Amino acid sequence: MKRQIPLILCFLFGVVMLLTQFSPHSYSQGVYEEVLNWARIITPFALIFSTITLLQTHITRIRRRTEHWQYSFIVFVGIAVMVIIGIPYGPQHPWFEWLFNNVQLPMDATMFSLLAFFIASAAYRAFRARNVEASLLLITAVIVMLGNVPVGDLIWNRLISLTPWSETFADGSSWMKQWILDNPNLSARRGIILGVSLGVISQSIRIILGIERSYLGGGD
Amino acid sequence: MLTKLVNMDRRIVFILVALAVIIPMMFPISLPISISKPTEDLYNFIDGLEEGSAIMLVFDYGPSSLAELNPMAKAILKQCFEKDIKVVGLTLYAVGTTMGSDLMKGVAEEKGAVYGEDYVFLGFRPGIELVILGMGTDISSIYEKDYYETPIVELPMMSNIKNYDQIELIVDLASGNLTESWIRFANVQFNQQIAAGVTGVIISQMYPYLQTGQLIGLISGIAGAAEYENLIEDPAKGVLWINIESFVHLLIVLLVIIGNIAFFVQRKQEE
Amino acid sequence: MEFLGIWIAAFLTLCIYSFLYKDNPFYRFAEYLFVGMSVGYGIVLSYHQGFLPFAWEPFKAAFTGESLFGLIKLIPIGIGLLFFSGLSSRHTWLIRFPSAILIGVGCGLAIPNVLRADIFEQTRGTVEPFSVIHSNIAGLVEPVPSIEFYGLIFGAVLMVIGVICTLTYFFFSVEHRGPVKWVSKVGIAFLMIGFGSAFGNTVMGRVALLIQRVDFLLNDWMGSIF
Repeated sequence: MKRQIPLILCFLFGVVMLLTQFSPHSYSQGVYEEVLNWARIITPFALIFSTITLLQTHITRIRRRTEHWQYSFIVFVGIAVMVIIGIPYGPQHPWFEWLFNNVQLPMDATMFSLLAFFIASAAYRAFRARNVEASLLLITAVIVMLGNVPVGDLIWNRLISLTPWSETFADGSSWMKQWILDNPNLSARRGIILGVSLGVISQSIRIILGIERSYLGGGD
Repeated sequence: MLTKLVNMDRRIVFILVALAVIIPMMFPISLPISISKPTEDLYNFIDGLEEGSAIMLVFDYGPSSLAELNPMAKAILKQCFEKDIKVVGLTLYAVGTTMGSDLMKGVAEEKGAVYGEDYVFLGFRPGIELVILGMGTDISSIYEKDYYETPIVELPMMSNIKNYDQIELIVDLASGNLTESWIRFANVQFNQQIAAGVTGVIISQMYPYLQTGQLIGLISGIAGAAEYENLIEDPAKGVLWINIESFVHLLIVLLVIIGNIAFFVQRKQEE
Repeated sequence: MEFLGIWIAAFLTLCIYSFLYKDNPFYRFAEYLFVGMSVGYGIVLSYHQGFLPFAWEPFKAAFTGESLFGLIKLIPIGIGLLFFSGLSSRHTWLIRFPSAILIGVGCGLAIPNVLRADIFEQTRGTVEPFSVIHSNIAGLVEPVPSIEFYGLIFGAVLMVIGVICTLTYFFFSVEHRGPVKWVSKVGIAFLMIGFGSAFGNTVMGRVALLIQRVDFLLNDWMGSIF
């Protein structure tokens, strides 16, 4: 029962969603809308639960006194401040917005901006033309990097002005970038999209038919 | 010497990167920016819309991508408000809610747009594809009230907008793969026109959709934002930042070249 | 309040940048505070913008008799509540019920839409340029076509080669030997160009984030001092 009923539910809801999308009949569309409604009602619970599990993780960290466990209290302070203001007064409350704009937003933006430093350092240390494939990657990256910024065209135009084709081949840096994106990049991405999509479809069929059951987790 | 150069403390690279940003920020320059076709296509599409028609602007990003996507959002909003095109703002990404609301308010104040008449902000709803599909039938079935808790039937602008049939274009500003969800569900099921403004990380994967016409236009990262600001003839942060970006890109290219020269010389010596 | 906000934001920004020197308590403080506030923000938004409009309002409507049909909504609400069984190790298996429904709905929705958006449309996009070329040839007045026309043919052929070779690289049902090996090698070359362009664009994105923060520190924060 613990495994069979969820498998049956998954099958039923999957098949109903699949079939009702192909039928314009009002009854079928009614069922389709109602199932979508049900899923919409269930989704917020999943979202709230997933955030609560993060709380559990930090409670466990404190209990087990793992490394830097003291900082988990700061996590609770952060959650408490937002929830105490946000739940009763709503996210439109000026205090909630102030906290978001002056505390959460700068930290979030800064955290990801650190990657600019690491990407530069990694490019210097590890971006090597060791073989043909790596060279292709490197050359393309350099062309795209230069094509993305105005200085790329500036350098190109200065260089091409030394030749008789300065008019014909003006702004070549951004043109090359665009050509790469429009042609070989597009082909590679399309290959990936086709491969991934076939995978998504086959996996979805396996899940609906109950062949793929990993989402049920372990245990009986 | 060469080994020293290759094994240079990474903090020196960090300092160089910081300087490449700080110095041009203090002494800004302005270089000519060429406009790419995907950006121009989106601009032309919105420019060709009739006065009073509506678009949907979706803030599917958070603070971690605001540097790239906020300038785009502002430029599109400015264009719409100036052309009297109604804008329905919303997000499928929780953390984009406050930002979306603030940004729309800010640009509306600047351009004298009125809430409820020229634009609305519906806020966030969870369940990506469920929300996209639901709005295709009836927006009010998903957003009975706007973000500020006003029933949407009380908003004058929304009296003419029931579902995607009254929306000329959805512009998804995304930092993740939500644009693909808009394509899969709004474009496929409802034939809705979609355009996107995306972060650098996902620009490349949008091109197959652009070629098929599933995306009618694309703004690519901060470079695209700068192009759009130039198209609306209102250069702002996007233009300033892409000029500064030039120096950092040059530095990184230079670092890659130095690193490779050192690598090849070292390899030759070892041989 | 605005002045205080700018200073707090600047302090936290610098706390995070201190990590560039080395890991330290200031960075850890900001990191954990960031996690906490993000979770808090998520809870508030999920509650106000998800739970209340999607679950509570229909529930209330059902109980106040506004819409008796709304009583049926009690079923998905009950199923949704089963997520919280995950908090008890004895009853955690009950979480499979709502998960199974959401996964079933997701799969049912994915199959036809992914098929149309990502397989049919992408295949059409791959072959369509040839029909454009064909109609161009049919409509040719001048015997010598333009350079753009040759560019169109080159692009179309390149795309078909690229897509087939990339797909071959991912096709593991046949051993990559002989001609298949070479085709898949060409596929790798296309993939490398694709990843190279992604890297170049990613650099642009990450650097933009840094520029925005430096802009904040130099213009907003320093501007508030001087």
